Amino acid sequence: MRFAERFHNRFRPDRRDFLKTSTAVTGGLLLGLYMDHPARGQGSNQTTQPSAFVQIRRDGRIVVSVRHLEMGQGVLTALPMIIAEELDADWSQVTPEHAPAGDAYKAPPLGIQSTSGSWSVRYAYQQHRELGARARAMLVGAAADRWKVRPDECRTQAGVVYGPSGQSARYAELADDASRRPVPDEVVLKKPSDFRIIGKSTRRIDSRAKTDGSQKFALDMDLPGMQTALIARPPVFGACVKAFDAQAARSIEGVRDVFEIPLVKGSGVAVVADRFWTAKQAREQLKIDWDFAGVERADSKELRTKYRAMAQKPGNIAVSRGDKGALSRIPSSRRLIADYELPYLAHAALEPLNMTLRYDGDRAEAWAPSQFPTLDQGVLAHALGLDPSKVTLHVVFAGGGFGRRSPLDGHVPFEAAAIAKRLRGTPIRLVYTREDDMRSGYYRPMTTHRVEVGIGADGMPSAWQHVVVGQSFIIGTAMEKTFIKDGVDPLVVEGAANNKYRIPNFQVSAHHPVVNVPVYTLRSVGHSQNTFVVETLIDEMAVRAKADPIAYRLKLLDPQATKVRDALTLLEEKSRWRKGLARGHAAGIACADYWDTGIACAAEVSIVNKRPRVHRVTVAIACGLAVNPLSIEAQCQGAIGFGLTQLMSAITLKDGEVEQSNFNEFRPPYMSDAPAVIDVHVVPSNDAPLGVGEPATPVVSPAVVNALARLTGKRYRSLPLTSV
Amino acid sequence: MTTYQITVNGERREVKVDPSTPLLWVLREELKLTGTKYGCGIAACGACTVHLGGKATRTCVLRVSAVGDQEVVTIEGIGADPVGRLVRETWVEKDVVQCGYCQSGQIMSAVALLKEKPKPTDANIEEGMGNLCRCATYVRIREAIKSAATKLT
Repeated sequence: MRFAERFHNRFRPDRRDFLKTSTAVTGGLLLGLYMDHPARGQGSNQTTQPSAFVQIRRDGRIVVSVRHLEMGQGVLTALPMIIAEELDADWSQVTPEHAPAGDAYKAPPLGIQSTSGSWSVRYAYQQHRELGARARAMLVGAAADRWKVRPDECRTQAGVVYGPSGQSARYAELADDASRRPVPDEVVLKKPSDFRIIGKSTRRIDSRAKTDGSQKFALDMDLPGMQTALIARPPVFGACVKAFDAQAARSIEGVRDVFEIPLVKGSGVAVVADRFWTAKQAREQLKIDWDFAGVERADSKELRTKYRAMAQKPGNIAVSRGDKGALSRIPSSRRLIADYELPYLAHAALEPLNMTLRYDGDRAEAWAPSQFPTLDQGVLAHALGLDPSKVTLHVVFAGGGFGRRSPLDGHVPFEAAAIAKRLRGTPIRLVYTREDDMRSGYYRPMTTHRVEVGIGADGMPSAWQHVVVGQSFIIGTAMEKTFIKDGVDPLVVEGAANNKYRIPNFQVSAHHPVVNVPVYTLRSVGHSQNTFVVETLIDEMAVRAKADPIAYRLKLLDPQATKVRDALTLLEEKSRWRKGLARGHAAGIACADYWDTGIACAAEVSIVNKRPRVHRVTVAIACGLAVNPLSIEAQCQGAIGFGLTQLMSAITLKDGEVEQSNFNEFRPPYMSDAPAVIDVHVVPSNDAPLGVGEPATPVVSPAVVNALARLTGKRYRSLPLTSV
Repeated sequence: MTTYQITVNGERREVKVDPSTPLLWVLREELKLTGTKYGCGIAACGACTVHLGGKATRTCVLRVSAVGDQEVVTIEGIGADPVGRLVRETWVEKDVVQCGYCQSGQIMSAVALLKEKPKPTDANIEEGMGNLCRCATYVRIREAIKSAATKLT
């Protein structure tokens, strides 16, 4: 069973949801989800305000509550577009807002409220269309009653219901009446050919606030009396405070408190002060004696050696097709062994990790840029000894996320709770400095790969054995039992085990070493490594076979893999520029199936100062119906830029300590590192929409390296690239 | 704690802070001008860029005591400037932003660049726009700067 389905089935919440309307406090129509928790027994059949999805207010504004975190991907524009389409709303009246953490906002496939996996539009599409259509039907019903006509005699356009005899009424005028009507069970959805909003390039709804300084991000929280907290963290993951001297720190004016707090692993010293700068200065004055007893000091070089040795032998089997002995029967002249080494990577979102929290003894209120709000709410509740219903968590705009704002251990709320508990009644803002953020772990894991390939007489791979060595994201968490099958973490092997190439004799196995470095998912997760491995190796075989890299891939791909085939076919048409490149320039190709989205790219590269210079990238994406083409272009462009990071930078450890602490040492791509031109082409389709936020991330680094190979004849299998 | 008088967005403001406090934190925490962002604290990312005496300046390493009489213009105030207004409008038109966290700094750098070089080349843009964007909105930033340049007389 596929990973997502396993997730979904396991975490389907034990609840009945039903749509209900109510007249909001402010009047108008509020269409939302009531939660009924049978498990909670008495008083569970709540009649309180439902968790809103869409409100039509008397002033005409249509407020859409978005259950996902806006972290740049445009979800605060996309989900309202879907509702507005079926509602026939006037787009200029639509105002999105972040839904708080709440059971009603839990969504497939994880069954928690989450922003991950490029899933938001994919799993909201049908439900949000139906929500919009239901609200519209209720407004039409209210108008029909008022005019004493049949609903099917009315039509709607841009927030107005029109009757058969020239009547018209704005939604705002009808909202109160509509709110007293039952929610229709059955609604007819529009045909895609009738769409007026979905499918149209629509500018982001949050641009203006993000260009005049008025957009409030979580780090901009400012509550009366709020204190800023920084934590002095152990230099090695999991170490504890043995003793500390805070005399100098406490003597600084504005310092409120200094105390030891538990971390998820180990402990640290929290400094709470009236200002960020005060807290930072005070933290520098701390003298801490750390206890490293029993703490493993991870070291990248030693880990490499260990991983290399592990990769020599197969690990736990992720997939095995065909004949395991086939490889050994292929003559050595047609056999290839490729060893890959890919580094730890920091997400390094530009807004450092943070959370604002006030604990009042019997309740708590938090403001956080959270990718997993209900999980973080649960961590806060547990840590503060409260029922989750007593913990309000407001989701606030994030300055990037890329997976870093969703660790399963909820270490940020865990720390915030420890501080807020001590400062009961005072709002505290826990801030990670850049250095804290970069050295805090939860990295994309470092991996080593050994792939042995046997090439058939036709030049196509006929046997493939891939051993992946990398820490698991899931082993050791509450999800281990559900998702780890035969000792394999499906996220570590994704892109390797389930790629769409038809190779008859095919084995992928995995070793998951346990290392004292927290790891977590980074945009495109396992694909960020496995697609690099697979796509550079496939390219190498295409060169060996003297075949065109696109034609070779199409020949090898499963005929059923229509999305990736469509993407490659469109790429072929849109990258004709590959044929007429200047001297010293070359093009590289890569493609992938990313959770059903087909993605392919071509990169034009030259070598400047022994580094690859990426001039242009052409992307083709097959993602089903394109809800907002302008946003899909932006996401693909952004993913390409983000995906270049692993060519440039790495997180390394020496004697247990992370060696990078800021952007001078872990240098992400700046404008001068990024291609000047990224053309994005979407395969036209009316199929249900698929994800677009991550898919382009993993294809750019192999495409660049494939181009480099054409320029130098060398294969680059260790990242980051040192010199070319 | 020392009292400083600084001019921000055309207004004389008085703040009482430790002299080592970077201008960034004075803007954000004393004057509540949170459009200027903290990203790195070592002047590497540019999220904290403002105009100081008309020049794009990173404020996370600039002590408030060094500001003196130079006028500070932040993202909140740049709309009063015709080039600032044009750049902001172009940013919206070109749908540049994603998470938006770096964009205050990007806009401040772009305005400074266009004031110095109204017809910037690609090389000028790359040189003048040393602001980090983790969402990698660079293609649209480049397009927006070129588009704004065509509207400058």
